[in-house]
Amino acid sequence: MRIKCPLCGERDRREFYYVGDAVLLERPDPEAGDHAWDTYLHLRDNPAGVTRDLWYHEAGCAAWVVVTRNTVTHEVLKTELAEKRRRKLVEGAS
Amino acid sequence: MVELVAKSPCGGRLPVEHGASRLSEVAMTRLTSLQPKQGQEKALSQALKSAHGMVFPAPNRATGKEGARAIWIGKGQAMLVGPEPDAGLAAHAAMTDQSDAWAMVRLEGAAAENVLARLVPVDLRQTVFKRGHSVRTMLQHMSVSITRISDEAFFILAFRSMAGTLVHDLETAMKGVAARR
Amino acid sequence: MRIAGKGLVDHGTPVRFSFDGRQLEGFQGDTLASALLANDVKLVARSFKYHRPRGIMGAGSEESSALVTIGSGATQDPNVRATVQEIYDGLAAHSQNCWPSLNYDLLSVNDLFAPFLGAGFYYKTFMWPKVFWEKLYEPVIRRSAGIGALSGKANAEYYEKAFAFCDLLVIGAGPAGLMAALTAGRAGADVILCDEDSLLGGRLNGETFEVGGMAGSDWAAETVRELESLPNVRVMPRTSVTGAYDQGTYGALERVSHHVAAREGRPLECFWRIVAKRAVLAAGAIERPVAFPNNDRPGIMTASAVRTYLNRYGVAPGQRVTIFANNDDAHRTARDLVDAGVHVAAVIDSRAEAPEGAGYEVIKGAEVCGSEGRKGLEAVSYRRADGSVDKVQTDCLAMSGGWNPTVHLTCHMNGRPNWHGGIHSFVPVPGAIPGLEAVGACNGAFSTHRAFVEGAEAALRALGDLGVKAKKSVVPESEDSPYRIEPLWAVAGKGRAWLDFQNDVTVKDVQGAAQENFRSVEHMKRYTTQGMAPDQGKNSNVAALAVLADATGRGIEETGTTTFRPPFVPVAIAAFGAGGQGTGFAPQRHTTSHAESVRRGAPMIEAGLWYRPSYFPATGERTWRQSCDREVNMVRGTVGVCDVSTLGKIDIQGKDAGQFLDFVYANTFSTLKPGKVRYGLMLREDGFVMDDGTTARIAEDHFVMTTTTAAAGQVMRHLEYVHQCLCPDLDVAMISVTEQWAQFAVAGPKSRDLLNGIVAEEIDNESFPFMGCGPATIGGVAGRLFRISFSGEHAYEIAVPARYGESLFKLLLERAEAMGGGAYGMEALNVLRIEKGFITHAEIHGRVTADDIGMGRLVSAKKDCIGKTMSERPGLSGEEREQLVGLMPVGVVKQITAGAHLFEPGAEPVRSNAQGYVTSVCFSPTLETSLGLAFLRNGRARHGEEITMVDHLRGVTTRCKVCDPVFLDPEGGRVRG
Repeated sequence: MRIKCPLCGERDRREFYYVGDAVLLERPDPEAGDHAWDTYLHLRDNPAGVTRDLWYHEAGCAAWVVVTRNTVTHEVLKTELAEKRRRKLVEGAS
Repeated sequence: MVELVAKSPCGGRLPVEHGASRLSEVAMTRLTSLQPKQGQEKALSQALKSAHGMVFPAPNRATGKEGARAIWIGKGQAMLVGPEPDAGLAAHAAMTDQSDAWAMVRLEGAAAENVLARLVPVDLRQTVFKRGHSVRTMLQHMSVSITRISDEAFFILAFRSMAGTLVHDLETAMKGVAARR
Repeated sequence: MRIAGKGLVDHGTPVRFSFDGRQLEGFQGDTLASALLANDVKLVARSFKYHRPRGIMGAGSEESSALVTIGSGATQDPNVRATVQEIYDGLAAHSQNCWPSLNYDLLSVNDLFAPFLGAGFYYKTFMWPKVFWEKLYEPVIRRSAGIGALSGKANAEYYEKAFAFCDLLVIGAGPAGLMAALTAGRAGADVILCDEDSLLGGRLNGETFEVGGMAGSDWAAETVRELESLPNVRVMPRTSVTGAYDQGTYGALERVSHHVAAREGRPLECFWRIVAKRAVLAAGAIERPVAFPNNDRPGIMTASAVRTYLNRYGVAPGQRVTIFANNDDAHRTARDLVDAGVHVAAVIDSRAEAPEGAGYEVIKGAEVCGSEGRKGLEAVSYRRADGSVDKVQTDCLAMSGGWNPTVHLTCHMNGRPNWHGGIHSFVPVPGAIPGLEAVGACNGAFSTHRAFVEGAEAALRALGDLGVKAKKSVVPESEDSPYRIEPLWAVAGKGRAWLDFQNDVTVKDVQGAAQENFRSVEHMKRYTTQGMAPDQGKNSNVAALAVLADATGRGIEETGTTTFRPPFVPVAIAAFGAGGQGTGFAPQRHTTSHAESVRRGAPMIEAGLWYRPSYFPATGERTWRQSCDREVNMVRGTVGVCDVSTLGKIDIQGKDAGQFLDFVYANTFSTLKPGKVRYGLMLREDGFVMDDGTTARIAEDHFVMTTTTAAAGQVMRHLEYVHQCLCPDLDVAMISVTEQWAQFAVAGPKSRDLLNGIVAEEIDNESFPFMGCGPATIGGVAGRLFRISFSGEHAYEIAVPARYGESLFKLLLERAEAMGGGAYGMEALNVLRIEKGFITHAEIHGRVTADDIGMGRLVSAKKDCIGKTMSERPGLSGEEREQLVGLMPVGVVKQITAGAHLFEPGAEPVRSNAQGYVTSVCFSPTLETSLGLAFLRNGRARHGEEITMVDHLRGVTTRCKVCDPVFLDPEGGRVRG
């Protein structure tokens, strides 16, 4: 499997560390309540299809990357620096 | 009066030569990591240019020349190799002394590309990886920075503590390549 | 039998080899199979289950019968296909799966019991009595299972791995593959051409027809020469592409030196990981056998294999050859044999409309229905359309049930091939592997002309996709005969008819599966073992499906096919894991003091990738405990030196650095004054403890964080995560400086005296109070000094650039020894910290909270931090939780063991009564008792109580007193000394 790092270009999967759902970028407010925090930390979909996960280019440039891919075809549809996506989320919220 | 004696990372293991590839240790020099402060990317590049003659490298690139190079080593990071960093750079960048943190080796020769193809999961062929190109990747199991510094020579940085493994892995590949034909 | 002057082998270069100790001779260019046939050796192997005599079935990597062992001792290589093994001087091959010999194999008695040994026999028979399973059945079955065996010795062979990249990967160098490679190569694209064979050309080397006015093999050789002359083309013979993976990644096994006696430093095999923008699959097709009674005797082969032996190797596999076919293609075998002067007994064709023979008799509408000859074929019987049965004396039967396109690679990403009614076989689904196009025979295009055309066209399409301009190749003149076939899968008759020769699966087994209602192909495969193991159904799959379809009253299309999985050919684990043998397994991280520690006799232990000294044995010490006790007393009494460079050190700079640290640490750092150090506790977002360590503020916007050795990588990743994913707008930069600094703990009442002897700056309680830090100069070298302690003693950590590490270590030891101190290792370090109740990852193992370790109050109430919200959940603190306590033995038994569980005195020591567990233990020479750190339910409120420690594993029960985890100097007077 190969993933396109937004900085380094396409690289072998072995250079990356996988974390899970990119929902991790959407950290709730400390006062958001148990339900929001439980959902944020523990509740995950397991779709047969498109997912958006967080990968770390650990053996490369140390960028955190949001990878949109299809779990059925293994197609990588889009990659984006997590930093960029986080900024978008923050802007969208304000 | 006490005196401390310096020892280079590969200390005595190099140089070695096998067939058409040669591996040698690059003499210890000043290494400085440069991480631009927020919004200071352009200013840092300009300061670097006027102080040391090279711009801040783009991803996968190295700027400058032998003796004074800036190598992109990761997201928002470059390594200034050679010169004592100009004090003025501190206004634009976080800097750390990395002079002792890295083992520096030079792999050269007609077979160098083939040697790295045994260890590195990135396309380093001359046609796509030209002089001044650089990657942050893995060499066998180690995190490294590899820069092509001439048609047949690569400059490799690896963690100092892994110098022994670096030499072992490279030498194993060198022998294997040399044994073919 | 060799035919003088015929074939592509080098008749001028004889090669001597042995089979089962018998000295034989072949020619350069022979495979073991062709050389054995040239020497009229027909019995080569014994079958898997019934130990039936077996010969050579095919001429390629799909060989199912002729499996042999090459070499002996540590390098012995079992299950080598004789059809792939090239011979060299001194090659020693052995038959396998037979005892005492290939000729007289005792286990061939299995064959007599065959009526009882059909598919499902094991499942049904070895059920009861239950006790027999482990003691009797399993050992016996295990001993008789398998084919070849490994030596049991460590494999000393050198295997290599390599990475390659290209625009176009061409898999297979037959007419289609050569044409594709030529088209792309001439256009200047980066091409890799892989073929399993040593000689490229595929069927062109096994046939007699011409290509472009010259012999097909000559055309192939010429084309390969041109390809090899192109700098942009890499030609890889002896290389099987074994798997297709995501995003254009392919695995390929290069058999580098299986074909030579002297390796001269070369690897045995190289496993390639090839990344290709586009791929052309030109893997050809595999001829399928026909299932007729006793179709497995030595001398029965596929028709194309007979042609290959004849035309390529100049070997006639028999003197009186019979052909059995259901298609026109197999008639070529008869023509080539007659042309070469070999007698063709008959062509038995199942079709009533079969073509006429030229110099040989064609028996139309007939089927071979039996064979004779125990260790070699002597005769076959056939049944005419009218039901009459005749017999023909023959020593070789060349059979053909048609051709199966080699679709395997197209199934590796879950693609299922389509049934093609015109050729009665499966063909690849276009797009099954993104970027890969199947052409030629593996795409169901069986004429040479079609192979050339498809190869050229696919290459052009691939080049078009990549934006490479290319000229259309001129396709050479070649045969374009239609493929005429009528399906024939199994011939009815008495006796077993083999479908899967490698796994000994017969028509009856498949029918039995259907009878047992294993109607799905997947169930049938698992019930019968058809298509398993190295064979992966290459020879048997379609015929077995056809039999299943027939038995279940469905069509083949409806029945479907099992999928083919990687690897396409067997790959040694050593090849997959090449480079990882011995020291290549993992990087070894050595501190600057490594050589000196080793020189002093310290046993080195692994800590992650690092190597650290366990203890430093002194003269006269016989056990580690003696050394450890001495080292502990030394630190408590005078001074000890320990390399702590392995702890993670992260440089954190920027105007928001303090704010950032407040967010990643549970406690506050923005208030820390420059020149000071603070202990920090890091939580995971779920509220549990992640790591701990000290962080020093070097300057207003400059911190240096330390992490535990084990978690250094994890913490760096976490910091980058928090920065990039949660607060990218904070102006903060992080970089590891672990490798930059060699850092040594100098601990003990005389530590300051020692340092004052070597550091230029004056060190006292004013300049370096407890938890102070600052620059320190040693011999003109700029270093850093931290007054921190992991031993509870008055202690420092001194850091210098790593190049001076070894030198400083020696200097510190020299000074320490002069003061009655010395080096201490991990064992002593562990005792020192347990005496003080300091935690390591033995305690913060991922399931404890700040409150559990008595640090609940560290979680600042004034700010948010990672893990804060969740750490406040009910259940993460309070008396129901297991809390950190100390344990000391109070009874007769003095042993405390890590991992043991805690119970109320008198309670039955079962899981439901467990009150906690022990995490760290030591013998404290300072307190002269065993100590333990443990987690005990509501432990903080239970100091003074007695508890029973039970170690079920080691059989130890110890009465312990619960106490504060800080056993020594709870007021901390020593550390401030």
